[in-house]
Amino acid sequence: MEGMYAFCVGLLTACGIFLILRGRSFSVVVGLTLLSYAVNLFLFASGRLKLNAAAVLGESEQYSDPLPQALVLTAIVIGFAMTAFAVILAMRARADLGSDHVDGALAPPSRDAAPKNGGSR
Amino acid sequence: MQHLSIFPILIPLFFGVIMLLPPVSRQLKAQRICSVIAGFCVFVAAILLFTQVSSQGVIVYALGGWQPPFGIALVADPLSVLMVSVTAFLAFAVILYSVAGQDKGGAYFHPLLMFQVMGINGAFMTGDIFNLFVFFEILLIASYALLIHAGGKQKTQAAMHYVILNLVGSSLFLFGLGILYGTLGTLNMADMAIKVGSLQGETATLAKTGALLLLVVFGLKAAMLPMHFWLPKTYASATAPVAALFAIMTKVGIYSIFRVYTVIFGEQAGELANIATPWLWPMALLTIAIGSIGVIASPSIRILSANLVIVSSGSLLVCAAINSIESTAAALYYLVHSTLASAGLFLLADLISRQRGKAEDRFVHSRLMKQPKLLGFGFAISALALIGMPPLSGFVGKIMILQATQSIAETLWIWPLLLIGSLVTLVAFSRAGTTLFWRHNGNEVDEAEIAKPAEILAVGLLLLASPLLVIFGGSMAEFTLHAANYLHDIQRSAYDLLPGVTR
Repeated sequence: MEGMYAFCVGLLTACGIFLILRGRSFSVVVGLTLLSYAVNLFLFASGRLKLNAAAVLGESEQYSDPLPQALVLTAIVIGFAMTAFAVILAMRARADLGSDHVDGALAPPSRDAAPKNGGSR
Repeated sequence: MQHLSIFPILIPLFFGVIMLLPPVSRQLKAQRICSVIAGFCVFVAAILLFTQVSSQGVIVYALGGWQPPFGIALVADPLSVLMVSVTAFLAFAVILYSVAGQDKGGAYFHPLLMFQVMGINGAFMTGDIFNLFVFFEILLIASYALLIHAGGKQKTQAAMHYVILNLVGSSLFLFGLGILYGTLGTLNMADMAIKVGSLQGETATLAKTGALLLLVVFGLKAAMLPMHFWLPKTYASATAPVAALFAIMTKVGIYSIFRVYTVIFGEQAGELANIATPWLWPMALLTIAIGSIGVIASPSIRILSANLVIVSSGSLLVCAAINSIESTAAALYYLVHSTLASAGLFLLADLISRQRGKAEDRFVHSRLMKQPKLLGFGFAISALALIGMPPLSGFVGKIMILQATQSIAETLWIWPLLLIGSLVTLVAFSRAGTTLFWRHNGNEVDEAEIAKPAEILAVGLLLLASPLLVIFGGSMAEFTLHAANYLHDIQRSAYDLLPGVTR
């Protein structure tokens, strides 16, 4: 179980970091979301993974650490708010800067997408 | 007073919420009055807390009555009360400046300012490392909104970088915290400091990974070398009061580095003793070098001040790298000085740029200012302070840092860099001053705004801090030495904070 879990967290983190390094703000926002998922799972695992163990004393024979669950809850709330803010900011940047590139710079126009303003061929 | 420790956090929260509620939220005037009152109350609370801690010693405030290490504790120790007092003073000056008209650019400037102050104060006061993360997020989300206050292309672009970088930083912070909690089983900083010494083998390596991840995060906040690229643009594009308040934001990162790598991963951390030092050395020295190059290459006074923030961050990181009681004391003195002086320069830059018409704050030939004498006088004071010329506080701070070097090798690395950095700053300021004040064509700009009394008062307060830091330099240096001693003494900074734990 631990190996599988670690692999999933690692995959999410890798995908998140790859997407954050992209140039367009949409993929960056998706990357940030993936990274925050990875973080949440990682934090959850920091209290060790246990089966059939409740976080409340006396509910089961084994008990698990309740603190990581509280931490994850906080991290989810904060991560959610931050993602919402990043989405709005990305839209604002698209409107203000006229491009969805994180640097605000226009991508070099490719030949296919040349402006079709009825000019001569 | 028993609850005094939480007042610097509660007062801004309370006033921030009041300003968001209908009767106050609709009128700017009411918001301004509320904000000034709140700023004053925070300042008074900070000073009261400061005197109480100096006379009675450290106060541990267990939130909700949960005793540490199980609950979250606020720790009012010499270091944190010093930082809270500086923040409160800076916030008061910034509020005074903003009520003169800089808060009109958008709704809710004042509530956001309050939440930012709350986050900063909380980050300084907390004794729990996860709570530190929460307060970091509070101050960050307020700073995101403050940064794009009043709008504009420049700000959106700068905010985009700033927000994305800090969101990645927050994720790394959580990874680091997860690793540290998994290995140490506690989040209370004092408790971590005690337990970290017993880590061995694989667990120690894991904890080291977590600790160094935290260094990346704090380095990002403090603008340590590879993570400093966001700073000049962000600080230069923000509105003046926001940029001035941001002057303390890099210091939150520096403070966290001192707190975490002196108390938790300090001398007594067994296998993990002083793990940050080998990384801090090259980064800190390179930060000063790159900052100095930025200073001399700055095309406008705002970018110049932003680059000076990087240089001062580098100087403080050098002190963290030296890692002795004297260097910490020097760093605390220099930190107070550089925060207030650079905040003053940011505000002054705004006053100057408003009187130069289209040239704004760029170093180009332009028209005459309306108040050249007043602004020139202020500029000279802040330049002297920031360069580190006698008789102002920059000089004393830099001397303290230079004296804190312990070996010949350290001296050989630090002295030339710091002194050449000062020389470069001197050159940049002389060039800036001559261009801004003397190279004009004699005509005033007709629509130039004259500096309002509240603005002059705010800038005056911040600039006055520098001579005051020299006049009361003896007691100030004594206090920073006291705080540094506290920080390096594990008995007082860790064992005494936990009831029932002895060595």
